[in-house]
Amino acid sequence: MYVAAKGGEEAIAAAHTWLAEARRGDRSLPAMSTAQIAEQLALAVARVMSEGSLYDIDLAALAVQQARGDLIEAIFLIRAYRTTLPRLGSSRPIDTGAMICERRVSATFKDIPGGQVLGPTFDYTHRLVDFALAAGDEAAAAKIAETAPQTRSRVSDHLGREGLLRDEPRSDATPPDLTRTPLELPAERPLRLQALARADEGFLLGLAYSTQRGYGRTHAFVGELRIGTVQVAVEIPELGFAIDFAEIVVTECETVNQFTGSRTEPAQFTRGYGLVMGRCERKSISMSLVDRALQWQELGEDNVGAPAQDAEFVLMHSDNIQATGFLEHIKLPHYVDFQAELQLIRRLRREATEAQMEAAE
Amino acid sequence: MSDYNFAYLDEPTKKMIRRAILKGLAVPGYQVPFASREMPMPYGWGTGGVQVTAACLTPEDTLKVIDQGSDDTTNAVSIRSFFAKVAGVATTTRTAEASVIQTRHRIPETPLRSDQVLVYQVPIPEPLRFLEPRETETRRMHALEEYGLMHVKLYEDIARHGAIATSYAYPALVNGRHVFDPSPIPRFDNPRLESPAIQLFGAGREQRIYALPPFTSVQSLDFDDHPFEASKADGACALCGATHTYLDEIVADDQGTRRFQCSDTDYCMERRA
Repeated sequence: MYVAAKGGEEAIAAAHTWLAEARRGDRSLPAMSTAQIAEQLALAVARVMSEGSLYDIDLAALAVQQARGDLIEAIFLIRAYRTTLPRLGSSRPIDTGAMICERRVSATFKDIPGGQVLGPTFDYTHRLVDFALAAGDEAAAAKIAETAPQTRSRVSDHLGREGLLRDEPRSDATPPDLTRTPLELPAERPLRLQALARADEGFLLGLAYSTQRGYGRTHAFVGELRIGTVQVAVEIPELGFAIDFAEIVVTECETVNQFTGSRTEPAQFTRGYGLVMGRCERKSISMSLVDRALQWQELGEDNVGAPAQDAEFVLMHSDNIQATGFLEHIKLPHYVDFQAELQLIRRLRREATEAQMEAAE
Repeated sequence: MSDYNFAYLDEPTKKMIRRAILKGLAVPGYQVPFASREMPMPYGWGTGGVQVTAACLTPEDTLKVIDQGSDDTTNAVSIRSFFAKVAGVATTTRTAEASVIQTRHRIPETPLRSDQVLVYQVPIPEPLRFLEPRETETRRMHALEEYGLMHVKLYEDIARHGAIATSYAYPALVNGRHVFDPSPIPRFDNPRLESPAIQLFGAGREQRIYALPPFTSVQSLDFDDHPFEASKADGACALCGATHTYLDEIVADDQGTRRFQCSDTDYCMERRA
């Protein structure tokens, strides 16, 4: 007779062995090294670092490999590793104004001090599959001119000088950290931005797109998008000053949004902000649109009931590790609850039939 | 596993979780927010229970893990081997031998003792969630003891179906104050929530911990003319013949022949031993 699955332990071990085999794939092909992944799948690695909230290229590349290229699985590996790391201290805020930019564009001004720097972008490429690449033709390796590293002033600073751009309230307060204290609502902007920086790219993209299509429209222009390296400094109490201890790549996007004024604010431009670790351009733009939509309350705008305006909805559903875990848990056995439901449905049906028979008599 | 601290989590994190547990025990049924950590298993797969267990375990403990009443379901096996690896504690499948029991969806049939801790994995800690999706709103409702909405829901069930159509995760009033979600245990288990053991509930993704101290009153919500009823399949276990236990239904062949089996596999085996 059927005895409910015994031997789960061996079955799990066998499944994991199979997984390792499937991950390796055809053994007649050379195995990839994590260095190759870090170099040649750099944007996948960047996404894993950004949503995994841990800046470590080698580790992220290893996670991509271990996860067979499933980026959410790779992000999960990084998060589970990150959680075990002790927190030794906090860095000083990074200064993106001092960024050595590899890419820096503005859609609001034709020319800006420091110039438009396209950098290595997919923009304006024709999305034609490059069969030469498949044939191993690497002739396209470009020659990159040597230029002195240069910092470039922020576009928003030029607008800000005229008073046309809403000045953000300044604060030296230590921002909250949702990885150390439970997320409490309503959430202030620093906390919202932290959540968005870790959020799923696809979820933010969908929300940002919805604001462009009229669900909480914010009329965004890309004031500036910049990608490059910044210094991370940490204050050493024993020394009494800060030292740079790391250099990381970040992507920053500031949108400039039309704003005709409200009960509390004069007509001016407002901004949305997106800052993401690594080269994650699409996500940083999405983040700034969503950030702007979430500011309706601070700016005294109307809540039109759009999903992107609803901080509780956005923050509670933006983390892909939470989402994927809960979604996939319905694969786990539920036969105890299902049995209880079966019992209930049968009883309700029986009672309904009996009532019908009584009525017929 | 010397790379990780005892029971995986670092000591400051365990201390933070223990504080939440103590607060939960001090205010039975109240959902205490805690800074839930990412765990190496997915959210929704018991991360809350795992964190509570990690914070409770001492090297002398003996751990039992069940899912759907069984020690041998995949997730129970996975969590048990996790703690065997990262905490090196003894594990058992026998309820009477365990000092800490982590469970998903069942309370063991063997009566628990005062020297045992039962840790529940909780998917949605908020009993009002499906009546009101907003956390800000439901917290206010708990603060004001405003449970009318829940009673209306139960009343509507009776009006529509002639009975309360909640068969698991059946809400109950704890210590006469907080309505709580006992996690998706079948309502058959509700009367056994009043227990000499400490019962802790961990919801990792939702960042909540709550607790039932020993012998806390737990009244399943009902009406005078529609009293609460702990229901189970009408049948007997095909293996041990028990008629007083919660039964799983098993479809035995292609003709749809059904039989029943104790959902608590350890209890069933003890009876046959």
